[in-house]
Amino acid sequence: MHELSLHVLDLVENSTGAGADKVTVLVEENAVQDVLRIRIEDNGRGMDPVLLARIRDPFVTTRTVRKVGLGIPLMDMTTRMCDGALQIESTPGEGTTVDAFWRLGHLDRPPLGDMAATLKTILVMNPEVHFRYRHTVGEKVFALDSAEIRTALGDLPLTQPEVLDWIDGYLKENLSILYGGN
Amino acid sequence: MKTVEDLKRLREKLQTDNQIRHAAGTQIIVGMGTCGIAAGAREVLSAILDEIAKAKIQDVNVTQTGCIGMCEQEVLVDIVKAGGPRISYGKVTPDFIPKLISEHVVNDRIVEERVIGKITK
Repeated sequence: MHELSLHVLDLVENSTGAGADKVTVLVEENAVQDVLRIRIEDNGRGMDPVLLARIRDPFVTTRTVRKVGLGIPLMDMTTRMCDGALQIESTPGEGTTVDAFWRLGHLDRPPLGDMAATLKTILVMNPEVHFRYRHTVGEKVFALDSAEIRTALGDLPLTQPEVLDWIDGYLKENLSILYGGN
Repeated sequence: MKTVEDLKRLREKLQTDNQIRHAAGTQIIVGMGTCGIAAGAREVLSAILDEIAKAKIQDVNVTQTGCIGMCEQEVLVDIVKAGGPRISYGKVTPDFIPKLISEHVVNDRIVEERVIGKITK
C-alpha cells in the first residue's frame, strides 16, 4: 500500500474483526532519533502462539474465502526495507498489539499519507468501538478520544452531515498543526 | 480552531431541528478488506458519505465488510434496498458514486454497466 495510513486502517479493521471494542493507535515521529513508530493495541480475541508465529506469512489468514492475508506481511516488508521491524504480541482472550518501526528518514519509507481520512473512516464505521489516537511529531501532540466525541454528540450519529463536516475539519486542522501549520 | 466544544454546540442546535433517523431502509456495504483498502475503498466510502449528506438522503445505513474473495473486482459496493435483492457493483471509484447514489439509491435504477452479481433472498 502506498500510504502507511492505509496500513493503520487495515490493522484497525483486523482489531475490530477480532471483536475488539477498544483500540488505541499511537504514531510517533521522532526526527532526533530518526524513528517512525506506529503501534496498534486492541482488546480483541488475540492469537494463540501457533498463529502468532506464522502471522507474517502471506498465506496465513483467518479468512475462509481466500488463502491469502496480505495486511501484516506487506507492512512487515516495509519496515524491513527501512531498517525497522514489526513486533507483534498477542494473548488469546485479551488482545493483540502490533508495534512497527521504520527509520523516519529512509528513502523507501512510505509516507504516512492521509491520516485524517483513515481516522474519519475508523470513527464513522465503528461507532461502538472506543478508539483513541495519539500522534506526536517531536514535541507536538494530537490526541483523539472517541469517547469524548460520543459524549459531546449524545445521540447524534456521526454520519450527520454537519458532524461529518466537523470531523473532517477537526482532524485535518489538528494534524496539520503537528507539522507546523495553523 | 475546531474543538470538541464545537460538537456540543452543534448537538444543541441540531436536536432542536428535525429528528434524523437512520433506520435500516437502504443498506450500502463497502468492501474494506486489505484488497479493498489497497484498491481505494477509503476514498469510495468517503465519497458515499459525502454524497448521502449532500443529497440529504435519510434511512440509509452504510456498513463495511471484509474480503469476500473477489479481490480483482475491488472496490466492491453492495446496495440492498429494503426488501430487495443485494446488488454488487465492482471496480467502483469515487467518481462513480454520485451516479450510483442518484440512480440506484434514489431512483431505484440499477446501473447495469458496473454490476457484477445479484443475490436474491
